[in-house]
Amino acid sequence: MGKAELPLHAPGTKVDRGYIGESVPRPGLQRLLQGRGAFIDDLRFPRLAHVAFFRSPYAHALVKKLDFKAALRAPGVIAVLDGRAVAEYCTPWVAVLAHLKGIKSPPQHAIAIERACWQGEAVAAVVAESRSQAEDAVALIEAEWKELPVVVDMDDALAGRNVIHPDLGDNICFKREHDTGGVDDAFSSAVVVVEETFHFGRHTGVCLEGRAILADYNAGEHSLTVYHATQAPHMMQDIFSRHLNIPEANVRVITKDVGGSFGIKVHVYPDEMATAAISVMLRRPVKFVADRLESFLSDIHAREHKAKVRLACSKEGDILAFDLDDVTAIGPYSVYPRTSGIEGNQVVNLTGGPYKHQKYRAKMHVVFTNKNVTCQYRAVGHPIAVALTEGIVDIAAQKLGMDPAEFRRRNLIADDAYPYTFPSGIKFEKLSHHKTLDLLLQKMDYKALRAEQAELRKQKIYRGIGLASMIEVTNPSPAFYGVGGARISAQDGATLRLEPTGMLTVMCSVTEQGQGTEAIFAQIAASAVGVSLAKVKVITGDTGITPYGGGTWASRGAGIGGEAVLLAGRALRSNMLDVAAAMLKMDKAELDIAGNAVVHKLTTEKKLELAELGRVAYFRPDTLPLDFQSELTVTRHYTPRQYGFTFTNGIQASLLEVDPDSGFVKLLKHWCVEDSGTVINPMLVDEQLRGGVVQGIGAALFEECIYGPDGQLLNGSMADYLVPMAGEMPDIVCAHVETPTMQSQLGAKGVGEAGTAGAPGAIMNAINDALAPLGARVTRMPFTPERILKALKKVD
Amino acid sequence: MKAPSFAYAKAKSLAEAFELIERPGARILAGGQSLIPSLNMRLASPELLIDITGLKDLQGIDRRPGGLRIGALVTHAQLQRSDAVDQHAPLLLQAAAHIAHPAIRNRGTMGGSLALADPAAEYPACALALNATIVLVHRRGERRVPAAKFFKGLFETDIRPGEILAAAEFPKVERSVFLELARRHGDYAIVGLAGVADASGRRIAYLGVGATPVFAEQASRAVSLNAALELLGRDLQPQADLYNSSATKLHLAKVLLSRAWTTLSKPH
Ligand SMILES: Cc1cc2nc3c(=O)[nH]c(=O)nc-3n(C[C@H](O)[C@H](O)[C@H](O)COP(=O)(O)OP(=O)(O)OC[C@H]3O[C@@H](n4cnc5c(N)ncnc54)[C@H](O)[C@@H]3O)c2cc1C
Repeated sequence: MGKAELPLHAPGTKVDRGYIGESVPRPGLQRLLQGRGAFIDDLRFPRLAHVAFFRSPYAHALVKKLDFKAALRAPGVIAVLDGRAVAEYCTPWVAVLAHLKGIKSPPQHAIAIERACWQGEAVAAVVAESRSQAEDAVALIEAEWKELPVVVDMDDALAGRNVIHPDLGDNICFKREHDTGGVDDAFSSAVVVVEETFHFGRHTGVCLEGRAILADYNAGEHSLTVYHATQAPHMMQDIFSRHLNIPEANVRVITKDVGGSFGIKVHVYPDEMATAAISVMLRRPVKFVADRLESFLSDIHAREHKAKVRLACSKEGDILAFDLDDVTAIGPYSVYPRTSGIEGNQVVNLTGGPYKHQKYRAKMHVVFTNKNVTCQYRAVGHPIAVALTEGIVDIAAQKLGMDPAEFRRRNLIADDAYPYTFPSGIKFEKLSHHKTLDLLLQKMDYKALRAEQAELRKQKIYRGIGLASMIEVTNPSPAFYGVGGARISAQDGATLRLEPTGMLTVMCSVTEQGQGTEAIFAQIAASAVGVSLAKVKVITGDTGITPYGGGTWASRGAGIGGEAVLLAGRALRSNMLDVAAAMLKMDKAELDIAGNAVVHKLTTEKKLELAELGRVAYFRPDTLPLDFQSELTVTRHYTPRQYGFTFTNGIQASLLEVDPDSGFVKLLKHWCVEDSGTVINPMLVDEQLRGGVVQGIGAALFEECIYGPDGQLLNGSMADYLVPMAGEMPDIVCAHVETPTMQSQLGAKGVGEAGTAGAPGAIMNAINDALAPLGARVTRMPFTPERILKALKKVD
Repeated sequence: MKAPSFAYAKAKSLAEAFELIERPGARILAGGQSLIPSLNMRLASPELLIDITGLKDLQGIDRRPGGLRIGALVTHAQLQRSDAVDQHAPLLLQAAAHIAHPAIRNRGTMGGSLALADPAAEYPACALALNATIVLVHRRGERRVPAAKFFKGLFETDIRPGEILAAAEFPKVERSVFLELARRHGDYAIVGLAGVADASGRRIAYLGVGATPVFAEQASRAVSLNAALELLGRDLQPQADLYNSSATKLHLAKVLLSRAWTTLSKPH
């Protein structure tokens, strides 16, 4: 089928879009609401053993001695294991990628051997008949420690007085420099030069369902079935296979319901690898569910950047150059297999991204510290790049005395400038910055808000309006991980099977984490084949069933998985028409499928129910011509390759009020205009945006993993670590511009991370806009009341 | 984490509760909204939980001459719905709205909150401002303790072994104001103010500024807001928390004082 005949993104036509663009509810909702979800902790197995981990109380210490005697005698205990015992079943890993030149990290074991490098790193495991018995026994483990010097601060790490891994020579995991040339010239000729240093707190993604794994080794066939709350079942299959030395096809990874992931569940966790290894060792099913306290200590953290950024500008207000120096601290190990170099790398790639300057220089250091590891979490690098870009852009506008919206309009890359290569080297297929800006200003009634703001200032009410333009990486090609040697698939596949009754079973390698992927696959499949939604059943998250693929990450489910479903659906429709043509003795070109029936293409007269087609194809093929064989199961794959990433763009705005007495911020309203290409399900897209915005607000105002000088996490519980909650959230208005990607037939780009990418910058700019008449500015996220009071010099 | 194992008994009468409480490692369980989380984090490991929620003697809100008696088992939600509280102790009503979230208010009790004596909790500061009397019962009789003597230290009260907190009595006051600053609805506040005033004077207590709720004695007696702001620094030496320095807390305490002052200073 050529693109010209494609219905789905034919501009201006609604025909044949089927369910694309409809807000249909998710298929699993009723089941989940009725309490019939199947999360890992809901699964019941005979002979199931439970693991609890003995974790280091120190940020950096030698394990001199572990005494398991008392623990082994505790009721219900099956085994107590140290790192060496588990290492016999699980080989260590080193998280580096070839395309991140020079990245280094030491080997990491499932359970630390000899030395713990962060508070919370597991150094022993207790296996028992129940989790509480395992926990009782953990309390009986006696350890002798020798504390080592602790590196907590990123500047100390960079200075390298204490080197965490002496074999590596220094504390630098990865560094990158980028220079278009001409930056110094641009700065020396610029009329306006502004500079600021922004700090981003370390935070984490708090999933409703904690990390969870149930590994079931079967010695009879040397096979391992892993029920795993993961985003990437095939990646984990490969990893279990290689590190536990079990043939790949003997490893099956099943993800049932997953209670949120946000990037937290796309990494290899030592305690989860240990759980799988213990299952092999003990030849029985073993379960580990991270509780909330150990989640804070061991789920990946993210961000923690300090970025100095400079911007050069002409007197007319044209941005000439950006100059960036970013440092980020990642804990003691680069996280396997994606590495912890990606976030910093993204900051370098994306800073300044929406604007048309040509000169760009960046320097970036990723350093080791003795805190929990950090890695890719929703919107990887984007919140940093967006906030520091938009922060410095606002400062420049202020210095020029230009309205921030006008300043952006002047500098955003023109909507007709594509394809476009940005000075960091990334390529944009087609973006719509100006359209999204115009729509945003109209939606929020920008002028009226500015007038109201000026009026209220006279009454000493300090409102702020903050804008944040953004670009966002979605649908990554193999250039993201594959080229670096990671065995992570950028390709995804879908199998569609017509059932004899005319129903459709869809099996896709992209997984469902609660975000509604299965809903859009059903919509796409139903539309592509011509059946009603009720006829479609979607299965995801099982390496034993679905085609091979990457899973859920980097906003790729709709754009890549969805395209695979679309291609498979179109192929199946064609095969079904072959059967119909044979049955009806008509020309295939005269026929089409609509409303669960084969119809005449021109008259739309119903010719054959699909149930009848199925009956004949499966049970009475004897009635079909001898040389004809029906093929009613079809698999198709899709990998984006033309561009490294399918960039999306958008813009957010925040309206808020700062109380200069208390330093409290009240969020009044938030807007998000996003161009994510073809919108498949507006409700799900809007909720992705809203949820993302809320996570971004968390970063801006609430969330921070606070460490003491000894490397102790001080707020590792839901009482002290503040997640954003509904009571403080503003209304979030969403709107869309649709610029479909021409790389695929579906035209969908990603949308899962846009909200998180832009919100922190928008909030920061709004706070600083409110504070501007008071001569104060904040640059350290999260913006706590105290930080605002300090900026206002109300407290020291 | 899973709670360490414990025995559980639901007392059918006060007498039975008095008997159970003598057992080693026994602990009273009321609404469970503070105790159960602490068990689940293995911060406490009592051997026996004595559930007192069935005891009629500890329930109910009664009007008394000059005030109100609120039974220990009255939940935050019951208190919020009570007309008697609205009329006689509106300070408590204002405060209750700041305690946690509806699900927690449905179970958490007045007695549990006072007995726990969290320095950041709302009721203890209200009790102090209102000069409440805490009624403690024991197998051998009743003891009445003024709030000012009841809160002795961090999570430490005057409750003696074998005693159960039965009720608190709150005198009626003319005017009251409750204010607090919490970053999220339902969180324990960074700092909060419970203030009352009538002909006998002004009483201002703070929460979140020390090991116990703190009575701001000098500021309460001040003749003007400016004087009160000045004196507050002598009344309070707040301890820093995770997010706020001592200076920030004192600053915020002053902000609340400024906001409460008018209400507490209307001419009588
Ligand atoms: C998420 C969350 C947020 C919260 N936020 C707040 C808040 O903002 N402000 C606030 O004030 N509280 C807050 N709380 C605590 C809540 O108000 C509790 O309900 C209250 O502190 C304790 O009451 P309880 O009935 O639940 O007591 P329990 O948890 O049952 O008991 C608490 C302690 O008091 C003892 N005790 C209980 N009753 C008696 C009695 N009659 N005599 C002697 N000893 C007794 C128990 O032995 C135990 O030591 C919060 C709780 C949660 C879970």
